[in-house]
Amino acid sequence: MDNKFNITVRGCDLYYGNFQALKNVNIDIEENEITALIGPSGCGKSTFIKSLNRMNDLIEDCRINGEILIGDQNIYDKSMDINLLRKNVGMVFQKPNPFPMSIYDNVAFAPRTFGIKKKSELDKIVERSLKQAGLWGEVRDRLRGKAMGLSGGQQQRLCIARALAADPKILLMDEPTSALDPISTGKIEELMSDLKSDYTIVIVTHNMQQATRISDKTAFFLLGEIIEYGKTESVFSNPKDKRTENYITGRFG
Amino acid sequence: MKRNAHKRQILKYAVMQIFTQGALVISLAALIAVIIFILIRGIPYINMQLLFGDYTSKTPSIKPALIGTLYLILISITIAAPIGIGSAIFLTEYTNSKSRLIRYIRIAVETLAGIPSIVYGIFGYLVFVIALGFKYSLIGGGITLAVMILPVIVRSTEESLLAVPRSLREGSFALGSSKVRTIFSVVLPCAASGIVTSLILAVGRVISESAVLILTIGMVVNKMPKDFASPGTSLALDVYYFGSHGYPEQAAATGVVLLVLVVSINIIATVIGKIYGKGEFADG
Ligand SMILES: Nc1ncnc2c1ncn2[C@@H]1O[C@H](COP(=O)(O)OP(=O)(O)OP(=O)(O)O)[C@@H](O)[C@H]1O
Ligand SMILES: [Mg+2]
Repeated sequence: MDNKFNITVRGCDLYYGNFQALKNVNIDIEENEITALIGPSGCGKSTFIKSLNRMNDLIEDCRINGEILIGDQNIYDKSMDINLLRKNVGMVFQKPNPFPMSIYDNVAFAPRTFGIKKKSELDKIVERSLKQAGLWGEVRDRLRGKAMGLSGGQQQRLCIARALAADPKILLMDEPTSALDPISTGKIEELMSDLKSDYTIVIVTHNMQQATRISDKTAFFLLGEIIEYGKTESVFSNPKDKRTENYITGRFG
Repeated sequence: MKRNAHKRQILKYAVMQIFTQGALVISLAALIAVIIFILIRGIPYINMQLLFGDYTSKTPSIKPALIGTLYLILISITIAAPIGIGSAIFLTEYTNSKSRLIRYIRIAVETLAGIPSIVYGIFGYLVFVIALGFKYSLIGGGITLAVMILPVIVRSTEESLLAVPRSLREGSFALGSSKVRTIFSVVLPCAASGIVTSLILAVGRVISESAVLILTIGMVVNKMPKDFASPGTSLALDVYYFGSHGYPEQAAATGVVLLVLVVSINIIATVIGKIYGKGEFADG
């Protein structure tokens, strides 16, 4: 991968067995912006976000057609190094999933995967990542403590730190705050606004206020298709499609 | 009508309760009776001569059996653990669990785990003692035991691996880890306590086994084994030998030693499972 990290999706169809979960998806996701994906449950938001770091490869009967480019590299090319792709495209899951090891080891996991062994170097990455994730102050005295001992919100920020430690260029977040209380949610939203100057961020959310608060662009999904995509203000204040309007005003979904 | 039905319900409930309680009391009583009986009969005869003395026909000793049992544990676990754990990793991490072949393999493994041990014994006898010409030997017995505990280890390791939440594997892959890194750094450490517990329980089975060993190691109670290729004996075989050759006190005393060993092993296994098993990954 070179040094452009915008995402271009062209004519993307995705099938689970015979079921088509994405239908002719086209979208341009810009660098240094937060792009929100909204839509009713089961419309394919997670499926779409997982196709950006090829996590769908883990699902046995999943097939995908079309092009997904990062910069000008098609990530579904045969020559693509999937591990490198996933290092560059970090992911935060809906439910915090820290590994049952120490806080330090969680954050150092990806750097170690990619060959960093020197303690001083790892220390630096761990501190930097935890600071970026706004967790450093709360855990600096117990880095060797179990990650499982943290609260849900802290665990989710740890997972963000763990993803950032891999030094990604793109950050995918699938409903990262849906399991969290309002205060933790606020912290993570703040965090995303801080991070967007360095990363391309794509976030799935069911929370309309969250989408309006933090995102620059919004894409509305319905039954595997993108119905509407544009600047967040205009999608929310002036939706072009009736279905988008119905959804954001809570008339269905 | 309704009243009567209600009364019948209450009666049924009472009968059921009395019956199940009675059954529980009887099974506990039987268990306790066996243990107390063996302890009373055996403990007075446990002494240094029996445990660590040199064997004479007047004063028998279980020293050869202690050493023999150690050899058997060493051989069988050294062989069965890597193969068993490896197979379980392959089955859970590298195959499609829905494939028909894998389902058949699972059924086969389960069936193997249920085969009577004397069948493994006759297999060991025919293969190692006769066909390969090992004669009676600890190594032949140890390998046979390894074959016997293999399916047990595969199954329980598989269970521990399947208990590791998918979200942790996904978390690892999403950080750019290879499959091998994911298995060694995330999956295996999470499953470690379960795997260790299953190995300890396998050791327990090796210690309690007798049918396999009667046919494979020769039950030489009075000589110290020189090495893996020597014939030998085990604690369980000594109980049988003493009991059937006019040493009832020594049989009971050896029984006590066996009992204590197996009970401690089970306690250790349970404790390990409790300490490391719970609360590690709360989400399923
Ligand atoms: N592994 C799978 N196998 C088969 N079908 C799947 C699989 N994963 C998802 N689907 C189906 O694909 C469709 C899209 O699912 P997806 O998880 O992407 O929805 P979503 O928009 O993320 O929903 P939610 O808001 O509830 O998370 C759904 O109909 C779902 O049932
Ligand atoms: Mg989803």
